[in-house]
Amino acid sequence: MDLLEKLTVLTDAAKYDAACTSSGARRGSKQGYIGNTSSSLAGCCHTFSADGRCVTLLKVLMTNRCVFDCKYCVNRRSNETTRAMFSPEELADLTIQFYRRNYIEGLFLSSGVYRSPDYTTELMIRTLRLLREQYRFNGYIHAKTIPGTAPELVEQLGLLADRLSVNIELPSEAGLKLLAPDKTKQAILTPMRQIDTATQQNKEELVKYRHTPRFAPAGQSTQLIVGATQDSDFHILRLTQGLYDKYRLKRVFYSAYVPVVEHALLPAKDVKPPLLREHRLYQADWLLRFYGFRAEELLDEQNSDFNPLVDPKCSWALAHLDFFPVEVNTADYEALLRVPGIGVTSAKRILAARRIGPLHADDLKKLGVVMKRAQYFLTASHRTIPGLRFTPDSLLQNLIAAERSSLPHPQFQQLSLFDHAV
Amino acid sequence: MTPLIYCYDGSFEGFLCCVFESYAKHEVLTAIVSDEDFEPTLYDTRYIQTVQEHANRVYRKVFALSQDAGQILRRGFLTCLPQREMHLYQMIRTLLRDGPGFLRSMTDPTLYPIIKAIRAMNGEAHLLKGFVRFSDLNGVLGSEIEPKNRVLPLLRSHFCSRYYNETFFIYDRTYREVLFYSSGKSAITPLEQFEMAKPDTQEAAYRLLWKRFYDTIAIKERENPRCRMTQMPKRFWNTMTEFQGASWFIPQTAFEAEAIPYAPDGISAPETPEAPAPSAPV
Repeated sequence: MDLLEKLTVLTDAAKYDAACTSSGARRGSKQGYIGNTSSSLAGCCHTFSADGRCVTLLKVLMTNRCVFDCKYCVNRRSNETTRAMFSPEELADLTIQFYRRNYIEGLFLSSGVYRSPDYTTELMIRTLRLLREQYRFNGYIHAKTIPGTAPELVEQLGLLADRLSVNIELPSEAGLKLLAPDKTKQAILTPMRQIDTATQQNKEELVKYRHTPRFAPAGQSTQLIVGATQDSDFHILRLTQGLYDKYRLKRVFYSAYVPVVEHALLPAKDVKPPLLREHRLYQADWLLRFYGFRAEELLDEQNSDFNPLVDPKCSWALAHLDFFPVEVNTADYEALLRVPGIGVTSAKRILAARRIGPLHADDLKKLGVVMKRAQYFLTASHRTIPGLRFTPDSLLQNLIAAERSSLPHPQFQQLSLFDHAV
Repeated sequence: MTPLIYCYDGSFEGFLCCVFESYAKHEVLTAIVSDEDFEPTLYDTRYIQTVQEHANRVYRKVFALSQDAGQILRRGFLTCLPQREMHLYQMIRTLLRDGPGFLRSMTDPTLYPIIKAIRAMNGEAHLLKGFVRFSDLNGVLGSEIEPKNRVLPLLRSHFCSRYYNETFFIYDRTYREVLFYSSGKSAITPLEQFEMAKPDTQEAAYRLLWKRFYDTIAIKERENPRCRMTQMPKRFWNTMTEFQGASWFIPQTAFEAEAIPYAPDGISAPETPEAPAPSAPV
């Protein structure tokens, strides 16, 4: 099998992994080394694929041969598909050549479980070592930790990679038992805890010894599959919150389940991936990380799923109308962040701009506030937006209309005159 | 007062000399145009010679009043904002008249258009850090871009640091200038004509590998061309490897045009038509 074919097979097998970021590691260039990591806070996107997702890393599997038999996965043992495997030399060369041409920011290396978790991880370590030590690659590397790998190997991996991730995939233990019989909750959480502890220790050591090798400087992330099991949004969001709190994860990614295989326990193959639900979860994830929201504020046991028609922040605002309107000239940062249409950037700009003089409604647009949402929830110099009229009932309609153009259109069914006649 | 137009040589120093002249002669300007864009009008027009010392005096004064204003001036001059010289001239006048206080208010009518243009330019530069595509031409990395703003000075530090040990160049089709870098030294110089060399066998092979990767990584069930265009506007596509036609992937040594093998199950990237002749900056 030639390299082009291998690349095709192993890219195709890796594409369902949502994580593709290059932020968090800040490393300048070094004499004799190739590359650096992005100095931008948001990382650097090198292209966007036909599905609109950012491509920043060369995302491939080491091999798609796998001894596990997770029901939802294309690479599972029982699936009949073409199998391939990169040699460490091939993959290292490909990474360097792509990197030199500015196609990518670095390598995202994952793998099927070949022979055993330890054996696979050793293969990955060999590739990364080749890249770092022989090719002297100084760019970004994201490596996947395979559940069940020995702690010694995870540590070696962490010293070579910028970011590590352990995929939880199924958000509940019941789902795990049902669909991924070879994985256990324990096997997933053990490396996660280990990475967290090692990162904290590494931070302390760095204070004492400046040249301590850095352990996973860009932290760790994970991925949850949405829509393969019956778990509610509330359950997923609370799990996410727990991961951020307890394991200090940098990111939790959500992947709308794409039915790739026919199985009695899974959604049928003609079910569309729940993209809107995934979108709402990402919106809520941002609220957790940057806006000071808690999962319990956004959802509860009674309302355990997000409203598909309006975003989570608007939903919260509609349920807490007594909190509004917020006066932009006096409200504190936390209150400004609660207003739909005001984000982190525009809230900071408001704080800076109102020191010069009072802000009026027409200033807000210049500061980057999305007025089509924000106008209902704020006052500027104690005045609402001129000419704006709404009631609590029309408010919801207006907010739905404001967002509709940016959402994918629902599939309408053709009405037939004769359906009932038969 | 009669309307007056200053004409200058198009350089940043030249523009600063226009500011100097208007203060020295107590003249209020209607327009400042670079000699490239100059069209004869009925208004009084004067050509301003660039004197380095005058330029330094203006810049030092602005910088002394506010370091931010110095930065806005330098960056603002690189944007594609229509009549950017007049906007910047107005900003300097306000700065000298009222002091640097207004710079903190982004909603200020003289400042807002400039800030907005700079923000757009920074955004474009950030995108281009990812979208620039190099080709290996016998060990030298070469690429072309077609930006709206004059972003080469902004891309300089990023690429010089990333390709520290390489030799590379980036050609700007819009402003017809080129950024060269070799062993720790970089320079931006004007270059009227440029044509990229044909790839050799190895280069063509890596281009094809990249296109294959790109076509395969998309998930079919999630295809969303609109989202892609929002994130990566089409105007960037014509310099990107993955959107090139078949000829881009055929090495120079190949005599017959062969069809390139497409990804069997992937979504093939649409090809962008050949770029029209580079347009002059407006």
